[in-house]
Order: sequence, then C-alpha cells, then structure tokens
Amino acid sequence: MSVLEIRDLQVSVKLPEGELKPILAGVTLTVRSGETHAIMGPNGSGKSTLAYSIAGHPKYEITGGTVTLDGQDVLAMTVDERARAGLFLAMQYPVEVPGVSVANFLRTAKTAIDGEAPKLRTWGADLKGAMERLGMDPAFAQRNVNEGFSGGEKKRHEIVQLELLKPKIAILDETDSGLDVDALRVVSEGVNRVKETTGIGTLLITHYTRILRYIKPDFVHVFVAGKIVEEGGPELAEKLEAEGYEHYVADVQQPGVATAA
Amino acid sequence: MTTLANSAPPKTKSQALRSYDVADFPALTGLEEEWRFTPLKRLRGLATETVPAATGAAPKYELPTLPAGVTVTSVGRDDARLGSVLTPFDRISALAYAGFENATLIKVANEATPAEPIQVRLVGGGAEGIAYGHTFVEIGALAEATLILEHTGSATLADNVEISVGSGAHLTLVTVADWARDAVQAQHLKFRLGRDAKVLHVQVSLGGDLVRQYTSVEYADRGGDMSAYGLYFATEGQHLEHRLLVDHAVPDCRSYVGYRGALQGEQAHTVWVGDVLIRAEATGTDTYEINRNLLLSDGARADSVPNLEIETGEVAGAGHASATGRFDDEHLFYLMARGIPEDEARKLVVRGFFAELLAKIPVPELHDRLGDVIEARLQGASA
Repeated sequence: MSVLEIRDLQVSVKLPEGELKPILAGVTLTVRSGETHAIMGPNGSGKSTLAYSIAGHPKYEITGGTVTLDGQDVLAMTVDERARAGLFLAMQYPVEVPGVSVANFLRTAKTAIDGEAPKLRTWGADLKGAMERLGMDPAFAQRNVNEGFSGGEKKRHEIVQLELLKPKIAILDETDSGLDVDALRVVSEGVNRVKETTGIGTLLITHYTRILRYIKPDFVHVFVAGKIVEEGGPELAEKLEAEGYEHYVADVQQPGVATAA
Repeated sequence: MTTLANSAPPKTKSQALRSYDVADFPALTGLEEEWRFTPLKRLRGLATETVPAATGAAPKYELPTLPAGVTVTSVGRDDARLGSVLTPFDRISALAYAGFENATLIKVANEATPAEPIQVRLVGGGAEGIAYGHTFVEIGALAEATLILEHTGSATLADNVEISVGSGAHLTLVTVADWARDAVQAQHLKFRLGRDAKVLHVQVSLGGDLVRQYTSVEYADRGGDMSAYGLYFATEGQHLEHRLLVDHAVPDCRSYVGYRGALQGEQAHTVWVGDVLIRAEATGTDTYEINRNLLLSDGARADSVPNLEIETGEVAGAGHASATGRFDDEHLFYLMARGIPEDEARKLVVRGFFAELLAKIPVPELHDRLGDVIEARLQGASA
C-alpha cells in the first residue's frame, strides 16, 4: 500500500531570462495504491506542470508545499531517486534518445529500478510479451529510443515501460492525446492490466473525457488556473463532458494564467 | 552583371601543392583553408619550425612476437620505398618527411595470412622538443592481415605513415591515438590501394592536447575498396582534428567514410573535414561519407565539413552527410525519470553511439579496452 501526498504544492516555471512564472497555486491531492484519479482541465491550466514537477523536471521550481511518497520527501530526491522510489511519469512528448536501443534502455532502467539485473532467462520473454500486448512489433527493441516512432508508438512505448518497471504510483500525462480509438483502447487496456496485476495508484491527466470510458476513474478533479477547483466521483466527468470547462474558467477569472509544458 | 573572363578556374583538391621540401610551402598563418580550425600556437613549434632537425627524443616502437610472414625493421632514408606512396601536401608533413632519421618498415609478405593481429605500439619520447617519425606499411599482394598501431605516452610529434596495399590484399588497420594528455601530434596517413585491394581502417583518437590526423587515399588500379571509420572523444580543452581526402582517379573503386565523435567539457573541440574527389576518369565510383557528432555538454564545439567534388556523372553512387546532435537536459531527464542515475545515463548514450564503430575492431581485447577507456574519460570529465 503506497500513498502519494501532495500538500499545497506551489510551482513556478523558470523562464529563459531567469525569471520565475508561477503556475501551480497550491495543489493538495492524495493518491493511494489501487486508486485512479483523473485530473481534468483546459489547456494551460498547469496539469502538465503538476506531472513534471512531481517527477522533478529541472525546468520547474518548487516555491511551496510538500510531496511525499509513503512519508518520504519526494522533493528532496533527484529525478532518478524519485523513479526508484516508485514514481513513474508517462510523458506527453517522450524524447528521442540517440544511440540507445529500446532493449538496452529498458534493461538498464529495469536494473536501476530493481537494484539488480533482470534474470536473463525470463527478461527476453517479459520484454517481448509487454511489447506485443501493447501492439508494438518486438523488432522495435532494436531501434533507438523513440527515434522515428510515430506519436502513437511513443505512447505505447511509455506504457510498455509502465508494465515492465512496475511503479507504485504512475502519472499519465495526456497519454490519450494524439491517439486514434484503436490505439487508445490498447493503451488503456495496458494501464488497466497494470492496475489489476500490481495495484498501482494512477494520476491520469487529460483534457478529454474520452479516455475515461476505457480507464474508470475513482475520483475526478477539475484543474483550472493552477489549482483544483472541484472534486467528485466519476459523475463529475460526465458533467464536464456535457458542460465543458467554460464556467470554471469564468469563475476563476484568470484567463491564460499559465503556459504549461 | 559583370563576368570575369580571365578569372582562374576554381582550385580543386587535385591541384594542391605536393612537395618533399618544406621551403616550397609558405609559412603558416592559420588563415589557410586547411589550417583555419587548428590552433597553431598549441602545435608547440611544429607550425613555425623551419629547420627539420629533431630536438626531442624519437618515439620508441614496442613489438610483441610477430606472426610468420611479418617483419618489422628500421630502414634508412635512402630506402627506395620511402616517399613512393606519400608526397607531403602540407608544411608540417613536409617537415616530418625531411626530419626523420630512420623509418620503421612493417612488411607483410605476399600471400601471407597471419592468423594473429600484428600489434605495434609507439611510445612517445616526451613532450619536450620536437620529434619526427616515418612508418612504411607494405602489405604484399594477396596477403590478409590485421595491424594495430597504437600511440601512447607523451610527444610533440610530426609523422607520416605510408601504407601500400598490394593487389588483392586485405588489410584491417586500427590506429589508436591514446596519448597522454599533454601530447601533440600532426600525422599524415596515406593509403595506396592496388587492384582489388580492400582496406578497413579504424582511426581512434582519445588522448592528447592537440591531435591532427590527415588520412588520404588513392587507388593504383580498379577494384579498390576503402572503408575508413573513425571514433573520437574530446574532453575539456582537447583539440582533435581529422581530415580525409579520398581521391578517386581510377574507375570502379569504392570508398566509405564514417566518423563519429563525442565531445564533453569546456573548450573540447573536434574538427572533421572529409574531401572526396571523383575525377572525370573515375567512372563507376561508389562513395559515401558521413560524420556524426554528439555534444554531451555546453562549451564544446564540433566542426564538420563534408566536401564532394565530382567531375563525372557516371558514378555508381556518391553521397555525404553530417549531423551533430546534442545530449541535453531533456534526454537526461527522460533516462533519469526511468531510474537511471546521471552518470549511467551518459554512459548508456555514449556506449550506444560508439557501439557500431567499436564493433568494427576485430580484436576483442582492444575492443573491450577502448570501451573501458571511453567510459573512464566520460567519468573523469564529468567529475
């Protein structure tokens, strides 16, 4: 049983000129093992900033609040320590890494997370199986990480990693964006499978309600202008689908406050 | 619009001055196209020296037991082979040619096929004073051999290496510049390939303060096949320069040039200039050259200039490419977000970048050792 606790988190983005631009205005949220939380909000509301600042991207500076995983101070950890502690971020725009094959990358990551090299006897089959279940040709294992992958292939590759690395808490940053219905179903099934087998806690960040037909949230949080403005159960997603974000944005009266990653 | 009726035709690589006499080459200013990337001041006198007399200790050659059919001997300046393959085309090469006392001759007999690689190690005599060197590699007709030529220790060295590959011979040559950090070397390697000769050259440059290598290739007859690979890794303050000239002057020959370099640290500088010349008579030529560089940190600079000069349309293939990529914070974040520590992430990227080239080295012991040297440099530089 793991608990990710985010308390009054305030985050600014570092601009190229060195200035800080506030994005998150105090976010409080608790994600436990087995729970699926959907964070929904309009573009630019700071959803991705929440995801990347929890993962430790150097572009963001934490200006207030705390994040703990099972009581440990996540904000004091380096990026790799956070991953080894059990956090996983499925990225919206995974980068291409020159010169590193998918097979080599995944084995190195698995070794780092587990603290020991995966058993040769079973690793090959695990890797091949995970790729096949996500509809990825296992031949991709020999390609460089994300190099020449389509948008959909990159997202599938993120979920392959989720399945192999078995984190405690996963943050899925707009994993649904850019996917056609078939790919969305395959990716969603992957996330559901990981939840069933490992009891992972999930923070699902999305702009659209479409993915919530495939991944059922236990909680829905509406995110506007850097904070949570309404919370509820799955029924809140249906309300959003019908009404959109307009009246939340109007209430907050801070249009265009943030340009999130 | 004006036309200059009497303007000279564009100077091509084939018209470059060639001479054994230092005095034929004007003093270097650093403004020459050939020298514009090279910090002449750091050549420790090699750029300004006018008297071709060594002032430093000559490098020593260390030889293991040589396989049958292979001899390594010292020959005097009067040996008729010397200068038969290489005519210096720059001032420092001419200086080295005039300045060496004895040449080292590495000879593989006709049709000899030594099972073991020939390993020759050149140990510099110290950075104090200038040393000159000359090596002649003679691969007999139909011979098949692997030669490793390693450079270690410290030196201020200008040297020429002539490599004559007989008809139908196959040579795998690995040259390694694993110099001490303060070494300076300006080297010119010249290959001449006989009919149907096949050469695989892997040039590895890791050490030294300033290492400048010129590799030129010519074909004596049809069917020659040259693969020139290079691997270099410059760390803080190092200047590693590689220039190539592949001169296709006879029909039906092939060349492939593939160099990869990594750079890390302030003022790490690499230069790669690849010239491929396909003359009018060289129909049926098949050539491709590519240079890739990987910048691992800010403050490093990679210059990369591929040049292809084609005087005939009847070629089997001709192409060039150059790409410089940056391993930046986003790559690092991605790998670290999967639990991989920073130093391991860099290792992963560099290992992957060089893997394909290291695999060309047919001696497992050397292959592994170079892999270790590269990783150690990566750590040393990031410390």
